Amino acid sequence: MTWSATARGAHQPDNTAFTQQRLPAWQPLLSASIALPLFFCAGLAFIGLGLGLYYSSNGIKELEYDYTGDLGTSNCSVCAAAGQGRAPPPRCSCAWYFSLPELFQGPVYLYYELTNFYQNYRRYGVSRDDEQLSGLPSALRHPANECAPYQLSAAGLPIAPCGAIANSLFNDSFSLWHQRRAGGPYVEVPLDRTGIAWWTDYHVKFRNPPLVNGSLALAFQGTAPPPNWHRPVYELSTDPNNTGFINQDFVVWMRTAALPTFRKLYARIRQGNYSAGLPRGAYRVNITYNYPVRAFGGHKRIIFSSISWMGGKNPFLGIAYLVVGSLCILMGFVMLVVYIRYQDQNDEDEE
Amino acid sequence: MTVPKEMPEKWARAGAPHSWSRKKPSWGTEEERRARANDREYNEKFQYASNCIKTSKYNILTFLPVNLFEQFQEVANTYFLFLLILQLIPQISSLSWFTTIVPLVLVLTITAVKDATDDYFRHKSDNQVNNRQSQVLINGVLQQEQWMNVCVGDIIKLENNQFVAADLLLLSSSEPHGLCYIETAELDGETNMKVRQAIPVTSELGDISKLAKFDGEVICEPPNNKLDKFSGTLYWKENKFPLSNQNMLLRGCVLRNTEWCFGLVIFAGPDTKLMQNSGRTKFKRTSIDRLMNTLVLWIFGFLVCMGVILAIGNAIWEHEVGTRFQVYLPWDEAVDSAFFSGFLSFWSYIIILNTVVPISLYVSVEVIRLGHSYFINWDKKMFCMKKRTPAEARTTTLNEELGQVEYIFSDKTGTLTQNIMVFNKCSIHGRSYGDVFDVLGHKAELGERPEPVDFSFNPLADKKFLFWDPSLLEAVKMGDHHTHEFFRLLSLCHTVMSEEKNEGELYYKAQSPDEGALVTAARNFGFVFRSRTPKTITVHELGTAITYQLLAILDFNNIRKRMSVIVRNPEGKIRLYCKGADTILLERLHHSTQELLNTTTDHLNEYAGEGLRTLVLAYKDLDEEYYEEWAERRLQASLAQDSREDRLASVYEEVESDMMLLGATAIEDKLQQGVPETIALLTLANIKIWVLTGDKQETAVNIGYSCKMLTDDMTEVFIVTGHTVLEVREELRKAREKMMDSSRTVGNGFTYQEKLSSKLASVLDAVAGEYALVINGHSLAHALEADMELEFLETACACKAVICCRVTPLQKAQVVELVKKYKKAVTLAIGDGANDVSMIKTAHIGVGISGQEGIQAVLASDYSFSQFKFLQRLLLVHGRWSYLRMCKFLCYFFYKNFAFTMVHFWFGFFCGFSAQTVYDQYFITLYNIVYTSLPVLAMGVFDQDVPEQRSMEYPKLYEPGQLNLLFNKREFFICIAQGIYTSVLMFFIPYGVFAEATRDDGTQLADYQSFAVTVATSLVIVVSVQIGLDTGYWTAINHFFIWGSLAVYFAILFAMHSNGLFDMFPNQFRFVGNAQNTLAQPTVWLTIVLTTVVCIMPVVAFRFLRLHLKPDLSDTVRYTQLVRKKQKAQHRCMRRVGRTGSRRSGYAFSHQEGFGELIMSGKNMRVSSLALSSFTTRSSSSWIESLRRKKSDSASSPSGGADKPLKG
Repeated sequence: MTWSATARGAHQPDNTAFTQQRLPAWQPLLSASIALPLFFCAGLAFIGLGLGLYYSSNGIKELEYDYTGDLGTSNCSVCAAAGQGRAPPPRCSCAWYFSLPELFQGPVYLYYELTNFYQNYRRYGVSRDDEQLSGLPSALRHPANECAPYQLSAAGLPIAPCGAIANSLFNDSFSLWHQRRAGGPYVEVPLDRTGIAWWTDYHVKFRNPPLVNGSLALAFQGTAPPPNWHRPVYELSTDPNNTGFINQDFVVWMRTAALPTFRKLYARIRQGNYSAGLPRGAYRVNITYNYPVRAFGGHKRIIFSSISWMGGKNPFLGIAYLVVGSLCILMGFVMLVVYIRYQDQNDEDEE
Repeated sequence: MTVPKEMPEKWARAGAPHSWSRKKPSWGTEEERRARANDREYNEKFQYASNCIKTSKYNILTFLPVNLFEQFQEVANTYFLFLLILQLIPQISSLSWFTTIVPLVLVLTITAVKDATDDYFRHKSDNQVNNRQSQVLINGVLQQEQWMNVCVGDIIKLENNQFVAADLLLLSSSEPHGLCYIETAELDGETNMKVRQAIPVTSELGDISKLAKFDGEVICEPPNNKLDKFSGTLYWKENKFPLSNQNMLLRGCVLRNTEWCFGLVIFAGPDTKLMQNSGRTKFKRTSIDRLMNTLVLWIFGFLVCMGVILAIGNAIWEHEVGTRFQVYLPWDEAVDSAFFSGFLSFWSYIIILNTVVPISLYVSVEVIRLGHSYFINWDKKMFCMKKRTPAEARTTTLNEELGQVEYIFSDKTGTLTQNIMVFNKCSIHGRSYGDVFDVLGHKAELGERPEPVDFSFNPLADKKFLFWDPSLLEAVKMGDHHTHEFFRLLSLCHTVMSEEKNEGELYYKAQSPDEGALVTAARNFGFVFRSRTPKTITVHELGTAITYQLLAILDFNNIRKRMSVIVRNPEGKIRLYCKGADTILLERLHHSTQELLNTTTDHLNEYAGEGLRTLVLAYKDLDEEYYEEWAERRLQASLAQDSREDRLASVYEEVESDMMLLGATAIEDKLQQGVPETIALLTLANIKIWVLTGDKQETAVNIGYSCKMLTDDMTEVFIVTGHTVLEVREELRKAREKMMDSSRTVGNGFTYQEKLSSKLASVLDAVAGEYALVINGHSLAHALEADMELEFLETACACKAVICCRVTPLQKAQVVELVKKYKKAVTLAIGDGANDVSMIKTAHIGVGISGQEGIQAVLASDYSFSQFKFLQRLLLVHGRWSYLRMCKFLCYFFYKNFAFTMVHFWFGFFCGFSAQTVYDQYFITLYNIVYTSLPVLAMGVFDQDVPEQRSMEYPKLYEPGQLNLLFNKREFFICIAQGIYTSVLMFFIPYGVFAEATRDDGTQLADYQSFAVTVATSLVIVVSVQIGLDTGYWTAINHFFIWGSLAVYFAILFAMHSNGLFDMFPNQFRFVGNAQNTLAQPTVWLTIVLTTVVCIMPVVAFRFLRLHLKPDLSDTVRYTQLVRKKQKAQHRCMRRVGRTGSRRSGYAFSHQEGFGELIMSGKNMRVSSLALSSFTTRSSSSWIESLRRKKSDSASSPSGGADKPLKG
């Protein structure tokens, strides 16, 4: 790179702080007066936070049940064996019985968890058409190429919603029954299936296509449901605010997980007598077992959990904070020792 | 000499001509050139290049394709283009195409803009040159034409002080015999004048009518770049006339002292020798560049390794899991096996992991260097007020290497010295004049001088001459005989030419500045040399004009080391005046002057001790008969066919004997300001300085002492002057033995030879004591031969100072090359003249002294400024900072990109090796060019560890650069390790947190998009904190950039995740609502804080411990400065100590022989002043002949040409 910025007889360079590299500047030095307090304060703060996190995480109750049905471990193994083949499996239901000796402090959330399910696989993750899901009629008819091979049905109709994610929608369903007294009747615990998706997802990202003649079904006319689905998207729910692309189960599913083991919210329990939590007693979860996971070695779990200010049970964060805080303090002491010895040495040198 | 105030044309701009707009002659390569005067039609059929020069590369239409083509020749750009193509393949594309194209386009645009600007200035300067006016003879009339319209075969008229427009055949001139004078400073840097002569037959074509009828045809060699060779023939009127370089005026010369001349254009525009010479300069790279390229290759290797690992992982995963997962995710149609999927995955991973070597690395490095270059250009402390010349970084790519220099090769004349000779002291008949006394009679110190001597009595005095000892003038006024004779000698015995433009306005044209100084001194003291003819010299002696008859000039040469004149004064007495080197002359004195000789010798020693250049003056009366007889013998000798030189020398020697001593002069070869201080400081910074000069050994040693390179404290100064290989080898061996002896420990069983062969370097490195080596040009020629060069190098490197004298330009380059080759050290060459060009181009860094008349050195240089002393600032301040900044920049840059990219690698293990990115694609696009670029650029441009004064006070601060401590492979691995460590935490801490966590509203936390935002945010925060730690000098700009980058990150994050953008492009902005949902979670912030602390705290602790356990010097300096401000830093004071040595200084001649002859022939006299002289054409042509012969002699003899001494 050669250039000539100046010529002979040029003007004297400007005498500014910038050109002469004399800009006023803060020149921090990592002196003991900064570093040591930093370490001790950080250490203390971390230990404090860590304790708080640890206890609040410990206060959270979780109840989980693996209903995959491997090798007859549960009564779902019948279904599991039946659904060994490809989807869709025959309708099959099983149940999980559990009892609570005391109140399960609410609000209680019901999750399903899948393991070894790679929602974060690149080709899986891109296999969707957000334009279609945001209700653009053109995209409804012409799904994006990323959706292939779930772009067009065998009949050549556009699939709505297209793509592998939508096609693999989790379709087990649960219902919770409570038996207040031993031998008493099971009462269905109301599960709130709304409000389980992000507000922005439900209101912004996912929208149904404009209704045709006030009918969602007509709006979807000329499209095919994904091959794995038993019913078209507009029949996901009877609630007009929870059907089509804005069906909350669907929205939750479409928010793909970062890791191959993930739990997704199924329902919240917060209505009626159960707003404070699940009272003591026996419970039964009826599981409609549709979703095959054993083919790829996955597991399905059902989880009841309460949450705190920091979310669900999360022992890692608290322990990590405690460890890091202790390390900071330890490091601070090492540095203090070094500093004092160095100081002595320095003083000797000066004398 | 008046120089036209015209901007020197940037002819031979470094790297100028790339593509000439040159029409090749129709028959391909030109084999000979024919040009007929005044016949454009005839000449046109050869389609010679026009005089229009074009150094620009592009025009508006060709700019885009040509520039792009050039840019894609860069490996990096092609690599990114390749990535871009990969990304367009859907099966592979793991990233959107814009993640690569945006940075690539940005880089290409920046480079293109810079190239366009450069080219614009080239166009401008081309236009300026092409539109210069010149007078062309067209159809018998002189017309004003632009330079670009001048054609081969045109006759053009040049006037005094005009630039020559093309390569011309000189036809005639205003001077007698078609002589004309030119200055070739632009061409070869030599500022002395050269003579050119028209061939006799054309020299009569003085007026336009005759010229218009001239129809001679020149047939000559095709265009070439040999500046001193030309062969051709002029065919005119049925006759053939041979043409040589003596008849040529080359483009770029300036016509001097010649009213006008006419020339025939032979070569025009790009065919001119000047343009043929301005080749593309070799592109210099810094050692950091080379290291960086190696590292980038390693990183590519690493990248491929990671790609392979992940591809294998993918193949296994697809085989084990993927096949069964096909229920939900069938393979692509094209993919039929796990192996093939792994293969595709390899390319996908190459795409997403390519950010370990981001394209912005190269751009950022260039930007930083450009910034540093501007700081050099802007530096007020490197601006020379006197010459109004700022320092200039002509190359913007070498800055950091300025901080690593270990060897400086310096020219002497014009670089260390000003090439101004000042008559400083003299000793006349045993009395010394020139010391400055204050009122009380004590010797005054420098700087407190009283008023200079008043020369107002003398109307012819030179106003610029200053002398401080009034007693000398008193002696002259008192009529002291010896003093008068002393100055008479000075006014007579020389080869200076005078020019008197107006009455009393005398200008001396001296071949050497020494002579000029002496004659000017005589002039001011009342002995004014007024004019000369071949046979007379007219001197105004205290107001009376006296004309001496000049009988003979016994000219100077390097063996005689003296010159004499024999004159007859008006009374008819014949006297020989002689001046010469003391060593020579003192032997040739009459024995009666013994006592005077002793006093004068004392004076000489004293002068030499002060570093002055001395000359001894003597005279001898000759009687008429003896002279006649001697003159006859001289004539015989000069007519001798064989060994003419020797015979003449012995005749001269005979007459120059038994002379009477008159006294001695002492001339100060003025050093440039601050040279000794600079050298001392650079030596303290562990930089070795070698002086390479074309000057004589005596002068060079002398300067060595006066600039404190050599001192009397030195254990020994070895002087190598051997003429044969054996002698040189022996001398070098002795020098080494002496050095070894002093450091040899008792009981050393090895013989010397064994050590030499085994580990010469390490042994000599441990030499105790200070030594210096002075080596002569002819010895150097042997020392540089392949079998001795190592010996020479090791000997020289063991010495504190090395002076090579009488070296040719080629040898200068060879010495530099030698050190470059074996020492693996960064070399810097500094010089001002054309003879330094080779050295400047060879060295890693070439520095040109600007503001001189010649600009050749500056044009070849990488940096230029006008004073040697600025070198200390360039190296110790700018160079040091540049190196520091560049190293910090690179360390951080590699760190941040590894931290950024390696996360993908870890994520690969959790996403089926599917080349899924951890981050949003926009984050990947913007991370390097927006979020993290400016803070590190600000650090790279502005960072300072210690203030500039401190780097001058503690020259040792320069050492880390020389030892390459701040960025080397080890440092690189540390950065990489830190980056990988960060990436591990960056992935696994969020992983640990997110694995089972839910949000505070119960929904899933670990969705992909939240995870991406969390990792990205903690990454940006961690690298921002890290840059904050690395930044040592927080200016407002740093604050702005660091905080600004963070702010911009969040602003862009929220903008990208906003509803508005999603509504417009749902498929492009899929992260809608993510930022607000994720960043509202306390868990996310707890994760970010935890990640930041875990990443940063170890670094802080490590730095704290290093600061206290093993501090660098710069840390200590900063610590001292900041913590204990009261303690004042020790100021190193440079005492100006006069040398009290006993060394005899050099004599004050530096011109070449041959001028005496020119004067005696009267060839260079104007006709008017020659009226009385009895010159004949024959004698004049014999002068030209002999000069020509001498030239060809020196060219043909193998050593003669090479050893021709050049201006230091």
